[in-house]
Amino acid sequence: MILTDEQRLIRDTARAFARDVLAPGAEARAKAKAIEPEVLAQMGELGFLGMTVPEDLGGVGADYVAYALALMEVAAGDGAVSTVMSVHNAPFNAILQRFGSPDQQARVLRPAAEGAFIGAFALTEPQAGSDAAAIRTRARRQGAGYVIDGEKVFITSGAIAGWAILFARMEGASGKDGITAFLTPTDAPGYVVTRVEDKLGQDASDTAALRFDGLEIPEDLRIGEEGAGYRIALSSLETGRIGIAAQAVGMAQAALDIALAYAQQRQSFGKPLVAHQAVGFRLADARTKLEAARQLVLNAARLKDAGIPCLTEAAMAKLYASEAAESICSDAIQTLGGYGYTADYPLGRIWRDVRVCQIYEGTSDIQKLLILRGMTA
Amino acid sequence: MKVLVPVKRVIDYNVKVRVKTDGSGVDLANVKMSMNPFDEIAVEEAIRLKEAGTVSEIVAVSIGVKQAQETLRTALAMGADRAILIVAADDVHTDIEPLAVAKLLKAVIDAEDPGLVIAGKQAIDNDMNATGQMLAALTGWAQATFASELKVEGEHALVTREVDGGLQTIKVKMPAIVTVDLRLNEPRYASLPNIMKAKKKPLEEKTPADYGVDVTPRLEVLKTSEPPARAAGVKVGSVDELITKLKDEAGVL
Repeated sequence: MILTDEQRLIRDTARAFARDVLAPGAEARAKAKAIEPEVLAQMGELGFLGMTVPEDLGGVGADYVAYALALMEVAAGDGAVSTVMSVHNAPFNAILQRFGSPDQQARVLRPAAEGAFIGAFALTEPQAGSDAAAIRTRARRQGAGYVIDGEKVFITSGAIAGWAILFARMEGASGKDGITAFLTPTDAPGYVVTRVEDKLGQDASDTAALRFDGLEIPEDLRIGEEGAGYRIALSSLETGRIGIAAQAVGMAQAALDIALAYAQQRQSFGKPLVAHQAVGFRLADARTKLEAARQLVLNAARLKDAGIPCLTEAAMAKLYASEAAESICSDAIQTLGGYGYTADYPLGRIWRDVRVCQIYEGTSDIQKLLILRGMTA
Repeated sequence: MKVLVPVKRVIDYNVKVRVKTDGSGVDLANVKMSMNPFDEIAVEEAIRLKEAGTVSEIVAVSIGVKQAQETLRTALAMGADRAILIVAADDVHTDIEPLAVAKLLKAVIDAEDPGLVIAGKQAIDNDMNATGQMLAALTGWAQATFASELKVEGEHALVTREVDGGLQTIKVKMPAIVTVDLRLNEPRYASLPNIMKAKKKPLEEKTPADYGVDVTPRLEVLKTSEPPARAAGVKVGSVDELITKLKDEAGVL
């Protein structure tokens, strides 16, 4: 795809930032299970935390192609950081941009887009993952506001976020139409982080379990109408999926770069590894898969920019990119042999980091369901 | 005060260059190109002077193929105010020689009347290190090369230069030509909001004919070749052997 000047410049800034700041600290971040606040602050200053929010709401006003390109580069530097950036931009910002009241946009979206804090999206519950309509967190009216009780799990940035968008079922209501979306500052009494998950990868990005314990939310922090929550939750899935797919492409690119450099430099049987056709062809295949994944992502982003529905395209991009990325990372490890399996190289971490791309924001199976639905509708 | 910053589009410093099979130069087809790193430092210094209130306007100039427009957009995104592109070649492999560049920059200076020119000390492609000096000769302005520190004081610029064996600080009367070295500053990333704003900044397109300058090459490249492959090292058995080798074979002790 041929890029505009802005898209190219945004990619270049993301690439330089990822190379200079993110990649060198990725291992330490994973060990510390945290992202340095100054790194997130710098990302805010550079505009990575408000990419598609319009300028008059405090954001950059970039298109989704530029957003996908930036996420690819950030993910190539540190997959865990790209997850925080992805959730913050969409769904968090994207929902407030589309459904937030002018007051919510001024109070919450503007500082979010400027990077003053990180946003979280609290939908999933222990018994409601892919089946999001099955959530049980309750909201009941109290005076001019609401009181929320319930539990959430697997909430990205749930522990470090400054604000969260959460979804709850109105008392006595059932089904999709009973769900309402709310905004809450995370320092509100009743917002309790009960646990931060130990995970296979992406250690620097916190994945939290939350309990809402009589969490009071004033009426002006309800997003949209009562009962509009399910539609709001689903609204940003296209962009969320483009984001995850872009992350997968970026991480796979980082792995392939390492494998290619190693294969060109390492000698065996009197020639560089890459000159052995078994190794060279494996890399050529990986490069081809990566390019196919990249084009699927950029195509979905371009459709989104043109205002054309792209649910199927975004699902295909996420399905293909996340699965191709795991296989590319595995091939990269294979190329380095024993060294690929050691912690001397970051391939093991990248492989573990990229695995979740087949799970969060809709599993591969859910993507297939959506693609099939598009074919048979 | 207005500052002029010339910027050159060169092969990205991260790219491993390949010599063309006919030896006529370096292969630039489908290779990532970027702003010459020394020019990035020059742009950054101009922006810092503007932020300090010393400079009111930064004009970036590039001379080369039409694609050098990308390099100017980078300068605008970093913080330059407007840009002039002088399209002097159709083929990316055509390099405009330092004297032609200096003549064109002289013509731009005549039109723009800047108080200071901040330029990279050299471009990392041909390593000529000549344009700034030639421009000083053509304009009759003072020159301060290899700057590692730049201070503007009234009508003078105080420039610390990196010279063999140490640092030298000189005071030059402005208008002046300053060429910058690696340690002057660390260029900023172009922020995303500034990249979007750069779209609206003016970029004027010119040709050498507009300035009456002939850019026909005067030099002929006879041959370009790869540096010789590094020979394998040797293992030494003891400290004594190492010292003997350093003395007798390497001649460094």
